[in-house]
Amino acid sequence: MNVKKERLVIGIAGLAIGLIAVALVFFGNPANMGFCIACFIRDTAGGLGLHSAQAVQYVRPEIIGLVLGAFVMAHIRGEFSARGGSSVMTRFALGFFVMIGCLMFLGCPFRMILRMAGGDGNALVGLAGFAAGIGAGVFFLKRGYSLKRSYKQSAAEGAVFPAVQLALLAVLAALPSLLLFTPADGGPGAKHAAVIVSLGAGLIVGALAQVTRLCMVGGIRDFTLFREKKLLIGFAAILAAAFLGNLALGKFDPGFADQPVAHTDWLWNFLGMLLVGFGCTLLGGCPLRQLVLAGEGSVDSAVTVVGMLTGAALAHNFSLASSAKGATANGKAAVVIGLVVVTVIAVVHTFGKRTAKGEEK
Amino acid sequence: MIDARGRSCPEPVIMLMQAMRSGEPAYEMTVDDRVAVENVTRYAQHAGYAVAAEEAQGEFILRMTRP
Repeated sequence: MNVKKERLVIGIAGLAIGLIAVALVFFGNPANMGFCIACFIRDTAGGLGLHSAQAVQYVRPEIIGLVLGAFVMAHIRGEFSARGGSSVMTRFALGFFVMIGCLMFLGCPFRMILRMAGGDGNALVGLAGFAAGIGAGVFFLKRGYSLKRSYKQSAAEGAVFPAVQLALLAVLAALPSLLLFTPADGGPGAKHAAVIVSLGAGLIVGALAQVTRLCMVGGIRDFTLFREKKLLIGFAAILAAAFLGNLALGKFDPGFADQPVAHTDWLWNFLGMLLVGFGCTLLGGCPLRQLVLAGEGSVDSAVTVVGMLTGAALAHNFSLASSAKGATANGKAAVVIGLVVVTVIAVVHTFGKRTAKGEEK
Repeated sequence: MIDARGRSCPEPVIMLMQAMRSGEPAYEMTVDDRVAVENVTRYAQHAGYAVAAEEAQGEFILRMTRP
């Protein structure tokens, strides 16, 4: 594919994804939350009873759809490739702390864009932190940071994570009594589009993200590293389409105070997204990209998602997650610990002795 | 020959970027991921190299030459 066509395709896909995100809110999702990978993984953790915050319990079909959409599209394009074994527990830890950062800010990078498109000024503060975090990650990438290579795995191994999503879908459709649900009007978990709408939206966006390699972290990262604009075009297209969609539906409400599922503590919005940007750059992709890669057969990304799921569960079990009232003391401590851990991982994997098999400095 | 098999993006591109500092007229690189092929090709073309890709058993050899 030549560069012009590639940019056109990701631009169109980004516009479509932005509109789908606005449509999901129209059909029932919480405001500025057509998609939020972190929030939806957190809701899924709640739906499975991994945490007991009643306000955020719902096995979100969007997540299932994103993974399966990428899985199907990767097969159609002959790109399904089971691989793994690249510093697996380190990826788990990074996924864990990326989730802590997201729940401090109240959103993943995808929702950060949707919050900006809805007029939420706090998301601009988040963007500044996010960009600074990516800058920190790029600093280490340029100096040789690597989680070492991955290796081919059996197709069966690569299919486990998509199969788990299929099983979750089966339970949600046929045995919902096994799962926990936020009671009506009980919080964001109660706000959702119909299962079939959410699933369909996830499938389409998962497929589009597979084809275009869309990644919210990749845009700013590649531009900083190589002046490469492709992924940044996707980022901008989502923002533009969601902004226009919100304007059309009268849902654009500029300001800082009383924004939906958001708080105004600027320092912690900044530091939360700093942790997300830094952690995601070290992982090689944003939470959405991790789901898509997991659908394409990456076991490393599947483990990262499990790390995020664990982070989400613990964030609510130990009051680390923020709410509209603001950040918690425990959450602030967790973000600081996260920044220290992520920095240590970056330093060790940049300047540490390369002892992995077959690797030399 | 730069071996970037198993490396996830953007690592292969950074490896190439650093190798290209020596300014040689040709480079060869092995990757095993379609995304890496796309990203490396884009970067090399931008740097003024012609890229030929050859696929064998899930691995790709990229030959970059400056005309």
